[in-house]
Parts: sequence; structure tokens; C-alpha cells
Amino acid sequence: MEIGTVLPAIAFYLFASTACICALMVVIARNPVRSVLFLIMTFFSAAALFVMLGAEFLALLLVIVYVGAVAVLFLFVVMMLDVDFVELKQGFAQYLPLGGLLAFVLTVELIVLGTTFRLPENFSAQVPIEQGVSNIEAFGLVLYTDFAFFFEAAGLILLVAMIGAIMLTLNKKKGVKRQNVSDQVARTPKDGLELIDVKPGEGLS
Amino acid sequence: MAEFFTMLFDTNTPLGWFIVKTLIILAYVAVLLISLAFLLLADRKIWAAVQMRKGPNVVGAFGLLQSFADFLKFVFKEAVIPAGVDKPIYALAPVLTLLMAFITWAVIPVAPGWVITDLNLGVLYILAISSLGVYGVILGGWASNSKYAFLGAMRSTAQMISYEVTIGLVLITVLLLSGSLNLTVIVEAQTGGFWHWNGFALSPITLIMFPMMIVFFISALAETNRPPFDLPEAESELVAGYQVEYSSTFYLLFMIGEYLNIVMMCALITLLFLGGWHAPFDFAPFTWLPPVLWFAIKVCCVFFMFSMVKAIVPRYRYDQLMRLGWKIFLPMTLIAVALVGAWVTFVINGA
Repeated sequence: MEIGTVLPAIAFYLFASTACICALMVVIARNPVRSVLFLIMTFFSAAALFVMLGAEFLALLLVIVYVGAVAVLFLFVVMMLDVDFVELKQGFAQYLPLGGLLAFVLTVELIVLGTTFRLPENFSAQVPIEQGVSNIEAFGLVLYTDFAFFFEAAGLILLVAMIGAIMLTLNKKKGVKRQNVSDQVARTPKDGLELIDVKPGEGLS
Repeated sequence: MAEFFTMLFDTNTPLGWFIVKTLIILAYVAVLLISLAFLLLADRKIWAAVQMRKGPNVVGAFGLLQSFADFLKFVFKEAVIPAGVDKPIYALAPVLTLLMAFITWAVIPVAPGWVITDLNLGVLYILAISSLGVYGVILGGWASNSKYAFLGAMRSTAQMISYEVTIGLVLITVLLLSGSLNLTVIVEAQTGGFWHWNGFALSPITLIMFPMMIVFFISALAETNRPPFDLPEAESELVAGYQVEYSSTFYLLFMIGEYLNIVMMCALITLLFLGGWHAPFDFAPFTWLPPVLWFAIKVCCVFFMFSMVKAIVPRYRYDQLMRLGWKIFLPMTLIAVALVGAWVTFVINGA
């Protein structure tokens, strides 16, 4: 075999097995923080697989969005938890039947799907864009032309979600002193300072 | 024998390619580490000069060997690992910081063709890696099992995530102007004297790009936890933030990673706004200097600005920092992206 074909295969199995093992470890790991770390490794391996498919842009987006932002939030939340490991163990028997059932159903579904799914007879791996155009240009060419409305609709939905999230968490507390920078900058000795000529022996009332 | 050697360094064979790339990477690492030692010294000297002190001047002539002495001191000290730490993660954090700081340099071109990988999505790669840099901080803070370290890590992470948004948007303005995410292409688009550089171009767009350069500089200060945004390490409140439980070599790794990130930001400002390796005037005698030297000079100039800011600007309060990031820089850069986009579409492309 040519080394040029062996290397990608080795790389694929390396990344794929890393992803699978790390995904398993997410569930198995005792410590929730380690679970999140394994989740990050899973994301990262998935990104590496994307690179191997030639989808560099997607891979980097996966790293930026999921690893760089979403997983950090997960980590924040998990780190704040006060985890009692003894208590964690105790729940195991209680959740086993439900979890086992869910796993069983999912496995059956996957097996059914895997055995019945057939590619169409005339199927060929389609390359929708002309070669020689980089990933990001190819995305731009369809995203801002053919799918401009969908793209904008997605943006609008995100905007609404963002406003909703802000409205949920925004509560103007009373009695909190807020800083108004322009007021502070505009302040002169005239506003804040009063010179009083105190007569000797009288004081101020 | 000669044939054997040409085969070893022939980039067309897998082995030769591997050997050549490894050598290039080793050269990058060596040059970076050695220049880092002197930049660190320069940082301290500049800081001292502003405060009318002499700074380190004992080890070697003018204290030139101070960084190496510090290096040895750190390596030979005892690594104290506090009780109750999560050992694997505790050890992973500084290594991760250093690793992320190094692999960003893979796409930084220092002269025409002098780059480890000329990635087409170079800018995106830098964004991705810098977003991973947060992990070194957050894991170090958490694994230390200390309140101060954890608070420092929280502050640092929130700060880095906030300013990453600004940095990303400023990057977009540059990308729009040069029409590529490849750093080499971005530099090539600024070929010529300083009146072609993105930061100082002789065109109305400079009214936007010059402020963008300043915004990028300030965001870079925040992103690398440099003063005046060194709240994660605020020694008066948090001792040293997420690094407080680290000693010896672990601390050294954190420190090298931090300074490498600073130099990387300097290099990025050079590439994006200051014309990379191009001489400020495109005629002799300025063009006599090799391009890589011009690149180094520019990086040093930006680093000088980093040091000066550290010396003369007082530390921000946390709410001021967040206000600056979200309420001033974010709207500013968003408007700038729209304006630059309009400029590129309607003026440059004349649609």
C-alpha cells in the first residue's frame, strides 16, 4: 500500500477511536469536571475528523464555538457544583433501569436504521461546489445568495433568543449605586465643592 | 552519501518533509524562546526606567543574562504541590497554556515564505487556538483547590471571552479589506511603504482602520491579562490569581506561555496593521534590511508599547473593564465592520 493512503487511514482511526473513547469517558468519569474535559476532547477529535474530510472551516468553527465558548460555560457551571461523590454513587441503582431502557431503545433504533438504510442506486458522492474554491468562499457563495433569507431568519431567531435571555436575567435592583461615566467626567470642582467662609468661634450648623 | 542527505531533506518524500518541518519548528521554538528571554528583560528595564530605577543589572553586562538566571532558579526550585489539588489537571494546565501559546505561531509568517504552515484559514486558526488558551487558566484555577486561584481564573476567563469578541470583529475588518484569511495574503495586500499599511493607509478607510488598530491593541492587552487589565493577577486582592498555587517549573511554564501570547499579539498587530515584513519606505536604504528584521523591529516596537502601558496606566476596576469591552468596543467594532463592508462593496469593488 502507498504511504499516502495509509497515513490518512491511521489518522482517521486515531481520531475516531479517541472520539469514541472520550465520549464513553464523559459518561463514566466520576468527576463532572473531568467529564466536561473529556467532552472537550470529543469535540476536538470531531474537529480533526472534519479537517480530514476537507471541511477546515467547519472544523475551526466547531473548535471556536463549542470548545472555546460552549464548553467553557459548561465548565463554569460544573465547577460551581458542590459534588458529593458518595451521593453520586448512591443514585446509580435508582437510575439504572431508566438509563438502561433508554440505551436499549437507542441501540435498537441504531441497529434498525443501519440494517434498513440503503443509498439510492444512482447515488454518487456529490461535490456541490467547483474545486479550487476555498471552504469559506464556498460557504459565502451559497449562504449570502441562495440561502440569504434562511440565513437572515436564523440570525433573527438568535437575536430574539438573545433578547429573551437578557430579559430573563436583567433585574434592576434598587439601592445599587451605578457608575455613570459621562457624569463623572463632566464633573467639575464647581459641582462637587463648596467653599464656605467659616467665622471664628461659630462653626457650621 | 550526498544523495542520502539530499533525500533526507527532500520535501517531496514523507520522511524528508517530516525532517525539514521538524527542523523548521525547532528553529522557530529556539528563536522564540531566546528572543523571549531578552524581551522579558526589556520589559523589566522599560518598566524600571519609567519609575527611574535601574532594573535588573547584576547578572551579565547590563543584566543581559537575568532571564536565564531566573530560568535556572525556577527550574531548580522545589515544585510544591498543595494538598487537595486534582493532580493530573493541575499539571496539565501550565503545559496546556504553553502548548497553545506555541502552536499559534504555526501560521505566523515572519518573512516572505518563512512560515511553518501557510494555512488558508490562518486567522480563523488563531482565533480557535486563542479560544483554547482559556483552558490553561480555568483549569489551573480550579485544580489548585484554592479560593484565590479560582476567583482569579473566573475573572480571567470572563475577561478573555469578552475581549475575544472584539478581537474577532476587528479581525473581520482586516479580512474584508484584504479579502483573505491567509496571513501571508493579508501582508502581501499591504505591500509598499507605510502609506499602504492597513493602520496608516492613504485612504479614507484609515479613519476606521486606525481606531481599529488601537482597539485591537487594547483588546490584546486584556486578552493577555496585561496591565492595566491584569485583574486576574491583581496582587493586592488575589495574590497572583490562578497562578497562586503554582511554583517552580509549573509557574515557569505559565509565565513563558503568557509572554509568548503577548509576543504573538505583537506579531499579529504587526501583520494585520503594520505591513508585516515590509519596510516603512519602499526604497533604499530601507529595503537593504532583510524582511525578517523589519518584522522583528516592528514586533519590538509594539512590545515597547505593551511595556509602556504596563508602566504608566493604573489598573482598571472590574466593572470598568467589562463596560469597556461590551458597551464601547463591541458596538464600535460592529459599526466598523458594517462600514468597512460597505466600503469594500461600494468603493473598492464599485458595485
